[in-house]
Formats: sequence, C-alpha cells, structure tokens
Amino acid sequence: MMSETKRQPAFKGLKATGPMGENLSLLAMLALLVVVFSIASPRFLTGANLGSMGFQMPLLGLLTLAMLAPIVSGGLNLAIVYTANISGLALAWTIMQFGGAEAGIGAFVLGCVLALFVGAIAGAAMGAVVAYVGAHPILVSLAMMIFLRGLGEFLTRGGDISGFPDYMRVLGHGSLWSVPVPLILFAVIAFGWHVLLRRTPHGFSVYMTGSNLKAAEYAGLNAKRTLVLIYTLSGVLCAIAGILMAARFNSVRVGHGEAMLLITVLACFLGGIDPFGGHGRVMPVIIALVILQVLSSGLNLVGANQHLATAVWGLFLIGVMVLRSGQIQRYIGLISGKDK
Amino acid sequence: MRDTLRSYTIETRLAVVLAVLCVVLSISAPQFATLPNATSLLNNSAVNLIWAVGLLVVLVAGGIDISFAVASSVVQYVAAKMLIGIGGGNWLLGFLFCGSLGILLGLLNAWLIHGFRIISIVVTIATFNAFFGLLMFFSGGRNIYNLPDWWTARIFIFEHENAQGIWSELTLSVAVMVGCVVATWVLIRRTNIGRQLYAFGDNPEGARRAGVNIAVMQGVAFGWMGLMAGIAGLMQVNIVKEVVPNALYGRELDVLAAVVLGGARLGGGKGTILGCILGVMFVAITQNGLNLLGVSPFAFQMIIGAAILVAISTSNIDLSQFFRSKEARS
Amino acid sequence: MTTAPAERFALRLHKVSKAFGGVQALNEVDFEVRAGEVHCLAGENGCGKSTLIKTVTGVHQPESAELIELFGEKIERINPVQAREKGVSVIWQDLALFPHMSVAENIAFDDLVGLRPRSVRYREMITRAGEVLDRLGVRIALSAPLNDLPIAQRQVVAIARALMNDAKLIFMDEPTASLTQSETDRLLDIVRKLSADGVAIVFVSHRLAEVLEIAERVTVVRDGNLVGVYPTDGMTQARLGELMTGHHIENDVAARDLPDAPVVFETRGLSRHGEFEDVSLTIKAGEVLGLTGLIGAGRTELAHVMMGMRKADAGTMLLNGADYHPGSIRHAIRKGLAYVSEDRLALGLLQKQSIEDNTVISVLGKLTAATGLISDTRKAELVRHWIRELGVKIGQPSDAISTLSGGNQQKVVLAKWLATKPRLLILDSPTVGVDVGARAGIFRIVRELAEEGLAILLISDEVTEVMHNSDRILHMADGRIVQNYDPRTISVPQLEERIYA
Repeated sequence: MMSETKRQPAFKGLKATGPMGENLSLLAMLALLVVVFSIASPRFLTGANLGSMGFQMPLLGLLTLAMLAPIVSGGLNLAIVYTANISGLALAWTIMQFGGAEAGIGAFVLGCVLALFVGAIAGAAMGAVVAYVGAHPILVSLAMMIFLRGLGEFLTRGGDISGFPDYMRVLGHGSLWSVPVPLILFAVIAFGWHVLLRRTPHGFSVYMTGSNLKAAEYAGLNAKRTLVLIYTLSGVLCAIAGILMAARFNSVRVGHGEAMLLITVLACFLGGIDPFGGHGRVMPVIIALVILQVLSSGLNLVGANQHLATAVWGLFLIGVMVLRSGQIQRYIGLISGKDK
Repeated sequence: MRDTLRSYTIETRLAVVLAVLCVVLSISAPQFATLPNATSLLNNSAVNLIWAVGLLVVLVAGGIDISFAVASSVVQYVAAKMLIGIGGGNWLLGFLFCGSLGILLGLLNAWLIHGFRIISIVVTIATFNAFFGLLMFFSGGRNIYNLPDWWTARIFIFEHENAQGIWSELTLSVAVMVGCVVATWVLIRRTNIGRQLYAFGDNPEGARRAGVNIAVMQGVAFGWMGLMAGIAGLMQVNIVKEVVPNALYGRELDVLAAVVLGGARLGGGKGTILGCILGVMFVAITQNGLNLLGVSPFAFQMIIGAAILVAISTSNIDLSQFFRSKEARS
Repeated sequence: MTTAPAERFALRLHKVSKAFGGVQALNEVDFEVRAGEVHCLAGENGCGKSTLIKTVTGVHQPESAELIELFGEKIERINPVQAREKGVSVIWQDLALFPHMSVAENIAFDDLVGLRPRSVRYREMITRAGEVLDRLGVRIALSAPLNDLPIAQRQVVAIARALMNDAKLIFMDEPTASLTQSETDRLLDIVRKLSADGVAIVFVSHRLAEVLEIAERVTVVRDGNLVGVYPTDGMTQARLGELMTGHHIENDVAARDLPDAPVVFETRGLSRHGEFEDVSLTIKAGEVLGLTGLIGAGRTELAHVMMGMRKADAGTMLLNGADYHPGSIRHAIRKGLAYVSEDRLALGLLQKQSIEDNTVISVLGKLTAATGLISDTRKAELVRHWIRELGVKIGQPSDAISTLSGGNQQKVVLAKWLATKPRLLILDSPTVGVDVGARAGIFRIVRELAEEGLAILLISDEVTEVMHNSDRILHMADGRIVQNYDPRTISVPQLEERIYA
C-alpha cells in the first residue's frame, strides 16, 4: 500500500511466531482481559452481558470480514459501511413497496436478494476499476464511499426509513437455543469466509494477487478476475451486514454505523493482517474482534462510555503493534540473552 | 516545455477540467463568476486547504495520515481550555499553543511510525481512534462557547461592496491559508529538507544509503502535518466561533481524496502544491456550482464521488497505456 | 604484505572481520585497490562482497580491523556521509536512485543531504549535472523524471551521481546485470575513461567474461574468506569460476543431433510491429534451441507473443502441427507452454509467499478434491515430489521463498512449470543473479529435461551459456533471425564477434 514495504518486512514478529503463535498470543490477551473484567465487575461473566455482546459483535464482525479480504488482496475497501447502507436501503425500499410493517416474508426475501445484488454491484464496480484501470484501491473505494454516501443521502433526503415487519426482529434480536441469531449468522459466514480464503483456488489466488499481481498473472492466475470477484464478495458481505443492520435498528439511515469503518481496519491490523496484502487469516481477526467487544462491554460495565472504549481500542492497537515490532523483539532478545 | 507538461500530467489535466468547469458554470450560473461568490469559495475552502498541504507533505514522504482532522479537534479543545485558563490570551499565543500542540500530536505519530517501524496507516488509524475517543471522553461531548473575544472576532483582510450593496469579504483564515500554502511550497520545493522528503518517499532505502536522516524526515513530515492541523483547528474556531469536539470528525477522508485527486501519489515521492490546490478547489467548485445551479444539496456528494471515480479511472487509463508502451520498448 | 613505496593506494583493508549473528560474513579479509585501477571483486552470492562494500562505506561497522586506510589516511570509524566526502561512492545494484525525481536532481542529490536547511538552486543543479554528463560523453534530458529512462541510462545517471561527489573510488555492484551487451560495452568504455582519469573502480560482477575484459586485478572471496588476488592477464573464465566456487566446472559443448524427433513448436513469418519481424523457427521434442542476440533484439518480445501476453501482427504459430493462437498466459499454459521469466524477483516468484505456494501456483486445478476445495495432502505431495526431483535445498516447504538462494529459487520456478507438464519450456535468461556453481545445477536439470523429450527454448545473451547448453543456436538481431549455428562448428569468440559486430 505504502512505499514502506521497501523498508522492512511488515510483520517480523508474526513470521517468527507463525499463525498459531499469533492466535495464541491474541487468545492470551483475551483471557487476561476476561479475567480482569470479571474481577472488576461481577456482571461481566453473566448470561445477560455475554448475550448482549453476542448481539453487538456480529455487525462489526461482518463488516470486518468484508474489509479483510480486500486487504489480503493488496487493497482496501473504504466503502463498506455505505455499501451496507445502500443495500439496506434496497431492502427497506422493497419492504415499503409491499406495505411496510405489513409486508409478507416474500417481500423480505425479495428485498434481501435485491440488497445482495446492490452490494455485489457496488463491489464489482470497485473491483473492476482497481483491476482493469489499475487505480489505487484507497482512492477508488474512497470515491465509491463518497458516491454511495451521496446517493444514499439523495435518495433518503438525509432521513431514515423505519417500520419493518415484526418477523425481521427475529434476525436482529432473536435467539436460537439461547444463542443470538446474529451471532449464528456471523459464525456461519465467518466459517464460509475462512473456507473461501484458505481452501479454495479463488482464495489462493487472492493471497497470490495480494503479494504481487504481475507475478501471479505470469504464473497463470487470472489476477484481475480475482480482484473483481473478491471486491464483489466483499460487497455481498456488506449487503448482509446492511440487512442485519436494518433488522437490528428497525430502520435504515445512510450514515448508520459510519464510525465502524476505521474500526474494521483496526480489527484487521490487530488480527495480524499484512497491510500490504498477501497474508492474513480469518481466525485471528475474529479473536481480535472478540477482544474489542470485551474491551467495550467491560469498560461499559465498569462505568466508562463507548468513547473511552474507542480510545482504548486505538491505544490497544498501538500497544499490540509495538509489542509485535522488531524493535521490541530485539530488546526482549537482548534481555533474555538469546542471540538469533 | 514538453518535459514539464509530461511530469505534471495530472495537474495539467485537472487544471484543464477545472477551467472548463469554471467556464461552463460562468455561463450557466450568472452568480458563479462574481466577486462575492469567489471570496466565499475561498473562505469556505481555507481550512481544507490548510489540511491538504499538510497531508501533501506526509504523502510525499511516503506516509499517510488518517488522524489529522480529529487531531485538529483535540488541539482546539485543549488550546481553548488552556487559553481560557490563562485568562484569554491573544492571536500570538493562539498560534503558539495550537501550533505546538499540533506538532506534538504529529510527532507522536512519527515516533510510533519510526521508533517501532509500524506503517503509518496502522498508526494513524489507531491514533485517530485514541484521539477522538479520549477527546469525547474528557469533553463529554460538550461544546465550548465562552471563547476569548479575539478568537471569535471576524477579521477581514479584504472588503468590497458592489453596486447592489453585496459585500465581498475575505476572512483572516484565507490569509493564514495562503501563508500555510506558501510556507509548505517553500519547504517541499525550495529547501534541501523538502527534497530529502521527496527522496525518502520515493525510495526509502536509497535515501537511507545516501545518508538522509530517516527519523528526522518522519518527524518533519508528521510534525508539519501536525502544525497544519493545529493551525487549521485554530482557524476553524475563528470561523464557527465555538469548539465542537466532534465537528471535524470524518473530514479526513474527503481531504485525502481531494489531495490524491490532485496527483499526490499514495506511496510517496510525487505530488505538488499546485495539484493539491487544484484537487481541493475542484471539489469545492463542483459543490459551489451545483449549489448555484439549484441542484439538491443531497445530490452534491453523489456527483462529487462520481466525478472523482471518473477522474481516477480516466487518468489511470492513460497512465497504464503509457507504461505499456514503455514495456514494449524495453 | 609489502608494497613498493611509490605505489599509491585508494583503499587498503587488513584483516577486516564482520559477523551477523552467528554467521561470519567476513573473516580477516585483506583487500587493496590501487589508485586509478579497475579492480574486480569476485565471488558467489553471499560470499561477503556486499558486506565488504558496506564496511568500507560505513553502512556497517567492522567487528575488528587491523587497518582501514582510504587514500593513504588511516580511518577508525566512518559513516556513509563521511565516506562520500572522502571520495568513496557506491553504485548499488538497485542503483538507489529516485524514480519520480528529475535526472538532474538524482545526479546532484547528495548535495541536498543534511539537516542544515538551505535553499535549492535548480539552475545551478542543472548546469552541474549537465557538466558531469558531458564529461561522461552522454546526453540525457536533465528535467525528465528518472522513471522515463531505460535501465542503461539510469546506470549512467548513477555513475554521474558518483562523479558529482568527486569520487576517487567507485564501487559498482553488478552494474551490468540488466544491461544488453552493447550497453555493457558502452558502460565499460566509461569505466576505462574514469580509470584513465585516475578514478579507482571496484567492479563486482557475475559475468566472468566482463571481469576479465575490464579489470587489471581480481580479488576472489569465498565464504567470507579471501581466496587470493590475481592479475587478469593469463586468467581464464574456467579458472576464475573454479576459484569462486571451489569446484571444477565442466563447460563442454553438448550439442546433439535429433533427426527423428518430431517438431513440437513452429512459427512461420511471425511479426509484431516494432519488435520482431518474419521470425520462422522450429523446436523439436528433446531439443534445446538457443536464442541469442543483444537484449533489444526482440527475443523476450517473441517469447511474450508465444505465451499469449501480446498478439502477433502477422504470421502463424503451430503447436504439434496444429494452429495455435494463445489469447492469454492461461491459454498458453493450458496448451503446454511454460515461461521462466527473466525477472525472477518481480515476475518469476511471489517473494512474500512460501516455497510450497510458489510451487503449486501453476497447478491449482490439480489440487482440488471433489468438493472443489484444495487438498492439503495433494499439495504437500506435489511439493515434496518436485523438491526431491530438482534437488532444491530448503528448510520447510512453508518457509518464505525469499529465504532461498538465487539458484534454489530458480529451481522452484522450474518446479512450478514442470508441474504443469509442459511440452515447450521457454527459459528467458534463466541464470540472472544465480551463482556460477548453481548455474551448472540448473543446466544439468535442463539437459535432463531435454533427454526426457521436453522442447526447450533457451533465451540468453550470455554466449558461453548458449554455446554449452544448446543443440542449435539462433542469432537474432534487430527483430530478425539472422543466422543459425551449430555449437560444435563455432567457438565462443567467433560467435561473440558475430553478435557484437
């Protein structure tokens, strides 16, 4: 992404410990946080708190997964939140056409299909410009973000659309065997995303394209199609997030979840994704998401607000990056007397 | 001459598009080419331009900064508290406080980037969240109204009343903006420090081997960005006459888009003040023109986004063809 | 070591040692360069050449050194800026130039370095840069961005930058690696001119022919140890190769006749405007067809058309007697062609990825199970098979490819293509950046593949390489095939003479 590639291997620490080590160190941090918050607040390890965490996390989680794949492919998708909004708008529009709160399940299904389609189109358009024009993904997705935001504001005149059928509440607020439905949705999609990236030829191409597009093409991969496809899938995932958002808030407004945009990037980096592309896995990113959720819920329980949690997220990322940096590892090496 | 044109392709292209846009708007919207409109355009673009030139320096040096807009908010808030604390202060102290606070925040970014070899996008996304979260936490989201008088006073550097009795005015922020633009131009174009910034952004390893002090370069780039963020924060208060902690949140990406549109290269080594100004003014004039043409304000963003998409697509198409022909030769 | 008192040295190092971690990169190495001399520093990759250069220029500090003397002055510690001020310049292999800055600024850049703020005088910069280029006898547009120049001219810019600093000792690290022969000749002329002006040049190169042509003396380093200092008079390439590797290298012509072998690939009157014209050639099964000529001759462009990366304007291609019109690289690969790119670092391999992923990238389709997912077992099997088959020396298959040496990396490239079971293998300058020792290993594999019936097109501008490994040689010049040679009836100097005439 930046020219800093030339200066240093981006993730020395990560390479030294390997993906398993990365998972373990993140899990250790998570365990530590859980212990600290359980001691600080008796309400932390209760079903109610865990349940509310389970309802809150999936939305950020879906958007983070939508951010993850483009980063692995060597880019970035800054349009995720507004893609989700526009897709949600497509769903809301369909439902309103069929009578709003009285709309049948068929209208909802149709709306979802339309939403997924809209998400896919937005993603594909970005992917096509990135792949075939060769423009910088930050710039392309930024322009797409501004465009979608404007389109959404134009269509809604800055207002929101609400009044959805009751059965949509199940998707946003329901539980199955006392597991939140959004969490189940997220788990299924995260598993699918993991399989897609790590086990399919297309996922393999994403990693290869992310390391070096030209070389991937020379090796016979269809790198450009890979890019279009991964941005399209990222858009589809945004659409799913948009549908979930509509179900959770019982309304659609352009700008809903705007603050999550840079948090998704933060979660990806916390999960050890290589900012230059080519490396990164779903599992550590999910652990990173849980850590962020634990931080915000835990701080909430001890009386802090979401703003402090946001600050702590930022500081936490800095802390983790500092710990991962070669400098610190060298320092630790010096202390423990191990010379590698 | 042809060489010059070739090395400033993006700037030339943007200038032509902007000129055409201005001509079209002058014909279709009679108010466009008037002094009052031009001055209000400048007044409204001042803060964005101050940020833009700061961001340009960071981009040229091969970095990126997401945190500058919230850094401005932090500076505003802290400076307001400090100035009220010492009983009011004056412009000199205002510049001193805001400038040094901004530099401090910029140097914090630089230290994390250089000291721990973390890439700038990761660091600044982290500090973006940290700055904003802490500001909102400590301010409680409350605005500050009772600012010192000097700070909220309207100061005009140019006034003119036309035959219809409409005033054209340029505010102090425009003068400060011009100062920042000129200072940045001198820094990156006329001094050896600036040229080392370009070299560092272009080829960090080559610069290091040539003896360029990398730590200082990061410090200069992000410190300058911080200084600009501080000054932008100061002037924004002068315009809106209050400190609103979350007022600038979210402006960073729009400024980034405008600067990159103006030809600054993500990845470093390339970018000019002229392109930077053209990029910001392109967005501002489009918005202004749509407004004058009576287009719904809700459509502005959509059209600007589409315009940027078209602009990057076309500018890169030519570029890629250029590279292809070069490949063919070698 | 005693020397005549009249003799002046640009550089003297005695017993310089440097270790990285546990690896002794330099072990009590002596190195001396006389003023105005062209001296060659020879050795395989990783032998300590670069460490030596970095130690002299202050990028690294030596662990211990009995003596470091620059232009007769004893030195304790030195940093890059001081080294430059004393008149030592290095032209790194990657040139360390600034692609988006102007030619003039690149040449004069070192004047700008430093933290004392001062203003930039562009007019003066352009005048001075122009003077230096004049001194080299070269004309380059000074205001053009460096990006616009071909590699050879960038090399000249790097030399001009060194001269701008009044360099009296210039290290050139693999300066000819990406130059054509004629460009190399022009560069060597410049080197001679500088040497005549009293500038000492230390020339680091893999190309032994060049080394013997340009240098007066050669210092050979192996595994961080000094092997010896030799005059180039009376030295042969074979002998120098042996000194560098410590092994005896066979360099015999191994051409064979293949009268009965079927033709695998054929082009008839193939042309692409501005690149090559009317190229007709045939390659038989089991044949190694050498294609040589200067770099601009259109060889790589021809390969690109064969691989479907570009379209021909006229002419036809036949694969196993059938019409062949590749629409893309993927199409060409499906048809049984494989292309080892000349640029291994940027195009041949994905440097960020593992050895295993680099091996299987070309045969993803073969790895998927019935579910459409990639089977780890099949992947591991495939990787193991090819690692063993080609004798690639690796730690773990999951290690990054960048941990391997150039020779082993190139073997992985070969493995990647052999896994596709190709019928025609195109090797484009396959030994760039590969050690002398490892080259022999690669060509042993190539010979074996040919024995098994694979058709091979070997593109190279290193005449000896083509002579010793081809069954037949085509000479390409200005986009046309001008001559057909049998390696058994022509000698290396004869062929070189015809190519460079």
